[in-house]
Amino acid sequence: MTLPALPDGLVVIVKRECETCRMVVPVIEQLNNGSLPVTVYVQDDPAFPESLAPIHDNDLSISWHYDIETVPTVLRIENGVEVTRTVGWVRDEWQRVTGQTDLGPNLSAFRPGCGSLSVDPDLVDKLRVRFGATTLSARRVDIAEAEDEFEAMFDRGWTDGLPVVPPTEQRVMRMLTGTTRQPTDVVAIVPPDLVEITIEKVAINAVMAGCKPEYLPWVIAGLEAVCNDTFNIHGVLATTMPVGPVIVCNGPGTRAIGMNSGMNVFGQGNRANLTIGRAIQLIIRNIGGGRPGEVDRATHGNPGKLSFCFAEDEIGSPWSTLAESRGLSRTTDAVTVFPGEGPRCVVDQLARDPESLTNTFAACLRTLHNPKSVLAFDAIVVMGPEHARVYAEAGWDRDRVLEEIHARLQIPGSELIRGAGGIAEGVPERLNGMTLPKFRPGGLLLVHAGGGAGLFSAIIGGWANGDVGSQPVTKEVLP
Amino acid sequence: MTSSMNRVVLDPTNERRATTVERVGRPESLRGLTVGLLDISKARGDVFIDRLEERLSEMGADVKRYKKPTFTKPAPVDLRHEISINCQVVIEALAD
Repeated sequence: MTLPALPDGLVVIVKRECETCRMVVPVIEQLNNGSLPVTVYVQDDPAFPESLAPIHDNDLSISWHYDIETVPTVLRIENGVEVTRTVGWVRDEWQRVTGQTDLGPNLSAFRPGCGSLSVDPDLVDKLRVRFGATTLSARRVDIAEAEDEFEAMFDRGWTDGLPVVPPTEQRVMRMLTGTTRQPTDVVAIVPPDLVEITIEKVAINAVMAGCKPEYLPWVIAGLEAVCNDTFNIHGVLATTMPVGPVIVCNGPGTRAIGMNSGMNVFGQGNRANLTIGRAIQLIIRNIGGGRPGEVDRATHGNPGKLSFCFAEDEIGSPWSTLAESRGLSRTTDAVTVFPGEGPRCVVDQLARDPESLTNTFAACLRTLHNPKSVLAFDAIVVMGPEHARVYAEAGWDRDRVLEEIHARLQIPGSELIRGAGGIAEGVPERLNGMTLPKFRPGGLLLVHAGGGAGLFSAIIGGWANGDVGSQPVTKEVLP
Repeated sequence: MTSSMNRVVLDPTNERRATTVERVGRPESLRGLTVGLLDISKARGDVFIDRLEERLSEMGADVKRYKKPTFTKPAPVDLRHEISINCQVVIEALAD
């Protein structure tokens, strides 16, 4: 929608309900006797102020399009263009904007204004739709009176098996306030159908997932991180293995949006954790066309395919963060995506020294996917605070912890070849004399998260790694 | 908000309409036709495809072998194009 025109001269926007507006009526009358034409728009009472022949901004179109947040606002318009403005009553400012002196000689020099009706919380969502919904291009789906809207969305195949929030224009417009990007911007090409997705479609699915607008940049970054050849969400979706995108969030923004990095970090109860991951999975389904039983061929899947997203506990961590280990600064908001199965617990309640605890990690990690499988799969170690403390007290940093785990996972080929240990699965016989590492270099990621009580950690197993499969990807979260 | 506003929602899908494509007719015989064998790069897929090549050659087909770089990703566009211009028939071998 184009900006409605304002007349040249001075434009003052007021509402009767505002005491400051009532106070400055004599000042506006003073301006009206000056050389510049004065036009008054009033938001509430069409007769206020009577002496100044106000124009009623009945639908708040002028207030909305000129971003009026406070009344009174004085705008100076030249050749149809705003050149300057001031808000509230500040005598010096009014004199600067209007070019007149001795304004309101009997008034104090300063009085704050009031909130504009166009930003009234009760009205703003409706106004956003009234003046902005025409920018949305998605097909409108009319749900019949007799239909239950939640059932209607199940029936159309739009959900992941749980109810979704109806994506009305009002909710989608509100969601879009969470990003500076335009609704028409293309974010990614979504497998498996390889369809371009716009910010608008991301916002629609984010509404359905239950996101708040401030989560939207995280959903966008997560989507960018999975939809590329490096992460290969096509393969992660299509595989028979039980993996989905695991999203690890870093940066001060995780705390600003209230993400959980502590107690029950993978569990229920935190809206940001659960809905950011869910939105990405809904997009793979609704935009990419990736549905279980179709391109998704998972033998078992895992409950994390609804949403598996959490924040690193950076404040309580003795180490640098995951995002820092992947080249970003500690103050940058970022997501790292990993093709992961469900978490499994590592118990070591007698851990007091780092050597012993590392032996436990190595022994548990050895069994990942199969004790005889090597090099094919990466993993995330999610270190609980009580285990991390053992390392911190011994002065082991992130690199030392990972090096020591790797050192304990150099396995003789004789234990790994097909048939060894009475297990047919294994590596080819020709590798018999070699020593093979369980994980490729860089194949272990370390994250600090979990509740403060309990000598436990977690392992999240990965999927086919490297160029043939999927690599973890880290993306900055941008406003 | 009036209840009627809640009754209109925005379509979360890609809004694509499926197009129907006619299948190519089944050939009467493979003799003299070029048959592409696409190995998806899964373990032991080659065992299956070697045997298919033997059998198809015996039947008089001209066999061409192709291979995806990895089973986890779709066949690259160039490879699909090459198969489509060189072959009348294609067999994609899955294995596990």
